[in-house]
Amino acid sequence: MAALLALVGLGAVFGAVLGFAAVRFRTEGNPIAEQINDILPQTQCGQCGYPGCRPYAEAIASGDAAINKCPPGGEAGIQALAALLDVEAIPLDEEHGEEKVKAVAYIREAECIGCTKCIQACPVDAILGAAKQMHTVIASECTGCDLCLEPCPVDCIDMISEPQSVQNWHWPLPDTASRQPQIIATDAGQTQDRAA
Amino acid sequence: MATLLRVTSPHAHGPVSTPKVMQKVLLATVPGIIVLTHFFGFGTLVNLVWACIVALACEALALWLRRRPIGFYLRDYSALVTATLLAIALPPYAPWWLIAVGVACAILLAKHIYGGLGYNPFNPAMAGYVILLISFPLQMTAWAPPRGLGQLPSLVEALQACFWPAGFDGITMATPLDLMKQNNSLLVADLYAQTPQFGRWAGLGWEWANLAFLAGGIWLLYQRVFSWHAPLAMLASLSLLAAIFYDGGSSASGGSPLFHLLSGATMFGAFFIVTDPVTSAVSVRGRLIYGAMVGVLVYTIRVRGNYPDAVAFAVLVMNFAAPFIDNYTQPRTYGHQPGKGGG
Amino acid sequence: MRKIFDFHGGIHPPENKHQSLQRPIRDAGIPPRLVLPLSQHIGAPASPVVAVGERVLKGQLIAEALGFVSVPVHAPTSGTIVAIEDRLVAHPSGLLAPCIVIATDGLDEWTSLVAPPDYRDMTTRELLARIRDAGIAGMGGAGFPTAVKLTTKPGSAVATLIINGTECEPYITADDILMRECPDRIVEGVNILRQLLQPGEILIGVEDNKPEAIAALRAAATGSAIEVVSFPTKYPSGGEKQLIELLTGEQVPSGGLPLDVGVICQNIGSVVAIADAVVRGQPLISRITTVTGEAVAEPGNFSVLLGTPMNYLLAQAGYQPGRNRRLVMGGPMMGFTVPDASVPIVKTTNCLLAPSEAELPVPPPAQACIRCGMCAQACPASLLPQQLFWFAQAREFDKLEQHNLFDCIECGACSWACPSNIPLVQYYRASKAEILQLRREHAKAEQSRMRFEARQARIAQEEAAREAKRAARKLAAEQRAQTAAAGGEGVEDPIQAAIDRAKAKKAAQQVVATRATTETGERDKLEKAVVTTRARLDTASSKLEQARAEGSDLVDALQLGVDKTRAKLEAAELALQAFVDAGQTAPQQAVPTDAASVAIARAVAARAADAALDPVEKARAQLAGLEQRLAKTRARLAASRSKGEEEKIIGILVSTEAALEEKVSAARAQLNGKGDT
Ligand code: SF4
Ligand code: SF4
Ligand code: SF4
Repeated sequence: MAALLALVGLGAVFGAVLGFAAVRFRTEGNPIAEQINDILPQTQCGQCGYPGCRPYAEAIASGDAAINKCPPGGEAGIQALAALLDVEAIPLDEEHGEEKVKAVAYIREAECIGCTKCIQACPVDAILGAAKQMHTVIASECTGCDLCLEPCPVDCIDMISEPQSVQNWHWPLPDTASRQPQIIATDAGQTQDRAA
Repeated sequence: MATLLRVTSPHAHGPVSTPKVMQKVLLATVPGIIVLTHFFGFGTLVNLVWACIVALACEALALWLRRRPIGFYLRDYSALVTATLLAIALPPYAPWWLIAVGVACAILLAKHIYGGLGYNPFNPAMAGYVILLISFPLQMTAWAPPRGLGQLPSLVEALQACFWPAGFDGITMATPLDLMKQNNSLLVADLYAQTPQFGRWAGLGWEWANLAFLAGGIWLLYQRVFSWHAPLAMLASLSLLAAIFYDGGSSASGGSPLFHLLSGATMFGAFFIVTDPVTSAVSVRGRLIYGAMVGVLVYTIRVRGNYPDAVAFAVLVMNFAAPFIDNYTQPRTYGHQPGKGGG
Repeated sequence: MRKIFDFHGGIHPPENKHQSLQRPIRDAGIPPRLVLPLSQHIGAPASPVVAVGERVLKGQLIAEALGFVSVPVHAPTSGTIVAIEDRLVAHPSGLLAPCIVIATDGLDEWTSLVAPPDYRDMTTRELLARIRDAGIAGMGGAGFPTAVKLTTKPGSAVATLIINGTECEPYITADDILMRECPDRIVEGVNILRQLLQPGEILIGVEDNKPEAIAALRAAATGSAIEVVSFPTKYPSGGEKQLIELLTGEQVPSGGLPLDVGVICQNIGSVVAIADAVVRGQPLISRITTVTGEAVAEPGNFSVLLGTPMNYLLAQAGYQPGRNRRLVMGGPMMGFTVPDASVPIVKTTNCLLAPSEAELPVPPPAQACIRCGMCAQACPASLLPQQLFWFAQAREFDKLEQHNLFDCIECGACSWACPSNIPLVQYYRASKAEILQLRREHAKAEQSRMRFEARQARIAQEEAAREAKRAARKLAAEQRAQTAAAGGEGVEDPIQAAIDRAKAKKAAQQVVATRATTETGERDKLEKAVVTTRARLDTASSKLEQARAEGSDLVDALQLGVDKTRAKLEAAELALQAFVDAGQTAPQQAVPTDAASVAIARAVAARAADAALDPVEKARAQLAGLEQRLAKTRARLAASRSKGEEEKIIGILVSTEAALEEKVSAARAQLNGKGDT
């Protein structure tokens, strides 16, 4: 009898604790599509086959789309999605394009004829200009989606990636190759150039 | 002029290096080994040499299999340290295969399977020891009698014991720890008086071996090879428990604090096993907790458990807990509020 | 005596300071060329205000500060500007950065310095402006603009002004020698800072390995409120945060500024520069630099003009390049290697270390981390470097942040202590940079998302408004027809009409709403796109014909337009086809029907078409396109040349041409390769 009571009592106590914990520590109910959208790079380029990142996020959330269709997000994006959704990470679907270096559009202003076509194509309103006026891209807003290249009748838009400069350079992670056998094995006892 | 190097700071480096640390640890075991040899004969030395040979071979094999540069990693001395520690822990005059199996388990299973030095969650020497203890309890508890309680085997006999065990007919004797546990009729004072295996404070021979390991450990502390936190915490908690439960020497007593400090592998464990950096906790607080828990477990297993000596089990159990301890003892970083410093 | 606190960790590397203290400060003289980087500090690079060919005088402003966190650059001696271009600078990356190059004339002719008024009569603002205009940036190594650091928020009182004379890095003695030789200038500078900041107390912190400096400072400071505090030598006690803890016992909160605990720190070099600027009106054009290491025969301290190439300075100290494999700017703990000995001395160059191979050997390959915890014992920030290393290797960024990676001051104590020679600091630097990069990217993505959504909303609104208008017009027309048919009572009730209109509008809005979600809407859209594009193509073609007939010079442009439109028509048709094919399976979503999505659809269709082609076809098509573009560019180039257009345009065209040529040949090669197989 006592044992029974004790067990029941224990059960009640743990149940209460668990219940409390469930209420107290409930994760914020951010809808999954929202969280997926948060991971997508918001380039809004449509390479995934959906008109923008959110529709793709919704498609993933509803299970209609695989997680490997977003080239701008690249491998890192797929990894993050896989971690969020707790699925296997799969390689990027080549059909939708390949991962490229981030770039921003640049309009060769001398050649721009002011047709406003690129403005209409830009998904984030990053192009300034008016009819018959030279246009220009607000580099800080441009997502590098490439959508403005195609409509331009005179091909005056280039995608340029940010060059490496003293300002944006940083040390890379140490070369783990220097711990690889072939390198060390050859000159194990001797000194070796870590930066090489 | 050759092109200038481009390397990251710092450009200077301290004098300490991993191989040197390992060498010092090896050096610090010397007094203990000498005392063990003095009391138990050449068995320990034979153990040691054979274990080192097997360890180097296993290490080389593992490195070769894992395609790591063999010479480079052999020179970090970690395999030799593992072999030495295991050889000291094994009973003298153990057969060659026992040692080989133990060393192979330590190096291959406990160390390289997990990714080699630095990645092993369990102390390799202790893991090897426990595997042997569970698989071959008979051989593992066969301790030779110390000097004074029988004829010490000669070097030839020691070699024979190791490599041709069938032809060696050694005498074995219960260790003082066994006696203390099995004792249920004598007062402790009488036990000391009536049983020849006991010496002045603890086991005959054992007490001196422990003191020798203590000396080696203190030298390592002085050399700053490791910090005092874990060993001291272990010794403190062990003696505290022994003191609490020592009832003045009745037949049910677990032994005095001094007995526990100088018995079995206490000092060896405190300064050579618990201090193994790879498998212990990392922060100062973590090491205190880790050491203290090892002490508690050692006492509990010695007095209540089924195995003669407890250091190996205690350490392995705490190896499990080390990451957990680390997680909760992150030191307070500069500029963070106390309390939520763990962040 | 003041209570000295202690900070966690720290190391005691060999000091190696005596070598460079044997001789007094020497003058390095005027090199034939000075190279002045526009960015010698943290913040926005300065912007040049001189032109190539201009003669400048010593102390003349040659580049002005751009923005608040920026400092100007002055000419260190008289001479002629010979270039403003990208040069190799003292930076670990080995990349180029914009510099002003001065060919010196050896006359060392000063520009007219405005005699400054007594600083005691100057306001805070005037003082700050003076310091800023003199181009002073933290001279201890970091190079943060001094005026910005001295600008206190109103209401935040400075309890303690700390002058950092610690110089805890091995080898460096630039501050030490300044304290020994010019304690009066330091006291002068401190007095100016006192006037500026009104601190509760003023401390000069010096490690106890510099007894001469302490004695000199104490002598110079007698009678003033300045207290010279000495404390035990330990690296990195000169770190700003560590020094504050040493002297006040307080810790700067993580992510905060020293001012949060009522402290401002200034480096000795900066204090002297402030004195020169405020009392003598001289801008920052030279500094004291230690030249040391076993690869120089006569190590010592030099007073050197900014912009002096390092090899010029090294030569004066008896440099033996053969013995030197790495040249370090700064000390052995936190300095960085420079890519070449020709890079210039800048405002932050406190030391040039030319060690011999035996002195600072190249690090051996790293061994495994044995989790010995020596790094944790050394870390002045009480971090767990071994854990950080573990996470950095695995690129677990959130774990890194959780273990307070950003509180690491990159002092290098952990790497120094690590028995396994692991380049820990490099792991932290790289991880920090990557985390910051990710944060930036995420912020940008967030912004893009908001802009995208704003745009979607705007377009939907516009569309709805248009549709509503159309529907209202239709309704009104119907009504008119009805009323007309109803027999011409002719009396139109304006109120009723308005109500009707409003109703109609509402109805229309509903129509839009439903329309947008139906498939037919989308299909209509696509069909319409096809139709309009076709119409545009027709007009364009006819215009082209006309232009051809007239021989107008617009033919090219028109031809281009026609081609484009044709391509678009194809794409539109394809899209339509794809849509029709997709049939029932097409998603029932509200597809935003704006130009962007059309562009997207086009891109998708184009890609689908691409995918349909076999690779050879594809390559051929690509080649054809490229060739066409090349031809076009060539034509344009010829035209621009003949018209004598601006150089810039021609330049662009030439480069475009080259790029295209390259692409064409690449495509050709590829095609050949594919054709063969
Ligand atoms: S492919 Fe483009 S539109 Fe699609 S999710 Fe990625 S960035 Fe967004
Ligand atoms: S000092 Fe080096 S080997 Fe020791 S724990 Fe730190 S990183 Fe690992
Ligand atoms: S470099 Fe960072 S982690 Fe290493 S000792 Fe300095 S503060 Fe600590």
